[in-house]
Amino acid sequence: MSEMVKKATRDAYGAALAELGAENPDVVVLDADLAGATKTGVFKKAFPERFIDCGIAEGNMIGVAAGFAACGKIPFASSFAMFAAGRAFEQIRNSVGYPHLNVKIGATHAGVSVGEDGATHQCNEDIALMRTIPGMVILNPADAVEARAAVFAAAKYQGPVYLRFGRLAVPVFNDPDHYQFEIGKAITLKEGSDVTIIATGLMVNEALLAAEQLAAEGISARVVNMHTIKPLDTEAVCKAAAETRGIVTAEEHSVIGGLYSAVCETVCANGLAAKVSAVAVMDTFGQSGPGAKLLEHYGLTAEQIVCKAKALC
Amino acid sequence: MEATEKLCLAKKANQIRQLAVTGIYRAKAGHPGGSLSIADTLAYLYFKEMKVDPAQPKWPQRDRLVLSKGHTCPALYAALALKGYFPTEELEHLRQLGALLQGHPDMKHIPGIDMSTGSLGQGISAAVGMALCGKLYGETYRVFAILGDGECEEGQVWEAAMLAGNRKLDNLVAVVDYNNLQIDGTLDEVNSPMPIDEKFKAFGWDVFFADAHDFDSLEKAFADATASKKPAVIVQKSVKGKGVSFMENQAGWHGKAPNDEEYKQAMQELETCAAGLEG
Repeated sequence: MSEMVKKATRDAYGAALAELGAENPDVVVLDADLAGATKTGVFKKAFPERFIDCGIAEGNMIGVAAGFAACGKIPFASSFAMFAAGRAFEQIRNSVGYPHLNVKIGATHAGVSVGEDGATHQCNEDIALMRTIPGMVILNPADAVEARAAVFAAAKYQGPVYLRFGRLAVPVFNDPDHYQFEIGKAITLKEGSDVTIIATGLMVNEALLAAEQLAAEGISARVVNMHTIKPLDTEAVCKAAAETRGIVTAEEHSVIGGLYSAVCETVCANGLAAKVSAVAVMDTFGQSGPGAKLLEHYGLTAEQIVCKAKALC
Repeated sequence: MEATEKLCLAKKANQIRQLAVTGIYRAKAGHPGGSLSIADTLAYLYFKEMKVDPAQPKWPQRDRLVLSKGHTCPALYAALALKGYFPTEELEHLRQLGALLQGHPDMKHIPGIDMSTGSLGQGISAAVGMALCGKLYGETYRVFAILGDGECEEGQVWEAAMLAGNRKLDNLVAVVDYNNLQIDGTLDEVNSPMPIDEKFKAFGWDVFFADAHDFDSLEKAFADATASKKPAVIVQKSVKGKGVSFMENQAGWHGKAPNDEEYKQAMQELETCAAGLEG
């Protein structure tokens, strides 16, 4: 595991946009003065005429993207998760979600792993916000390979998609040659019979590490990569609830309204009696510090997953 | 403008007013004041200015209209129905449960609606996106957006104006319906965005003025706006509630439906006006 290459999903996003732009002239990219950080700058360099820097005005950017979509184009509008999902929530809700326009929102710098910029820039609420919008698809890729696939899947899908990327370089554990992505279809990375870890985003790799540690202690953990938060793969959740002793969800997001909520809702709605524990940001703001240290500080680690899993067994 | 054409547009505007008022009366809710103030402008746009085809509402090369002040959609629905996008009878079910015509424009279901609007300040951004898209892809269509004067208090209007100015979107024409009234009173009593002409100029737009209830004035303003090499805004001085005496210049008629008696009087006035046009 230690030899794994590390790459930020935002880097994969920028590269995928440029690749996509080459094969589809209808793809346009919008940003709000963060092209260097969101990595849309890679697309800008390749296709300057199809890149629109809207300046520091995220609400307008979303509306402009809606206008492009209304004219048949495929706009990817980018900013940090905080300013895309947060600041422009109502524009996304009313100008994109309600008319079900084909706008893709590429939100980078999600979660506490943003690091030194601190709480104002660490968005732990975006999944919760986006989940409430009818018809919104939410993709939260776990590594660079999955991020690239998610971008291509989003472009192919007709309708609004929220893509969540991170700032921090994280291990690339998927094999690009064999990886397949389908919106709404969770990937079982490891079979297991005692407990299920349902993880999303950068916590998927932690889940894999946790499963190894649990195996060493004689506990068989299933690992499910829930890259699509909406529509949720409810079948995978129900199977986990029925076939294993409990579920641990793992996400770099608030415990309120994200993966944990979605999984609990599914378990309840299906009348299942499974216990569900959360590894998540526990209803608190972040703070400044190195991204990796913050993940540890807020308990977003394999160790915490192990701890919660053992409590269920 | 020739007298026959002017008469034709005046009749359309009168029909728009009758249909809008009737729709709001039947719904027992809606926004008559601002609907009546833009009736002539909509008649002018749909029956004189815009390149559209009701048989092909999604025709890619069509001119677009974004009603950024979406609450005044009864007038837009009436114009679209008269143009042939859907039967005028749909107005009778305005705002009813299960009806086609929603309280605010819904592009997903209503033929001829180019953008869903209603949350003020957002429509103009979409219009800028459409205009920029036309520029980038070499299309010749034009984009029109109608904003309320009170709507210009929304910061997003100026974010959109900044981008349109910087990108020199000469295929974009915005109309600000300057009736000087918003829900809580006059612009001054609330938080006036004036002088909006100077603000638009500062953002790189050409500004023209018009009398919203004079087709010669509208024709000149739209001709000037079309000739402009920048994004253009027409500040049209209008009368909120125009055409129904007791609604004119009354902030109280911003978002209120007429009762039976008021509806009767409103229709009498509008029908008298229509009869005058026939005579």
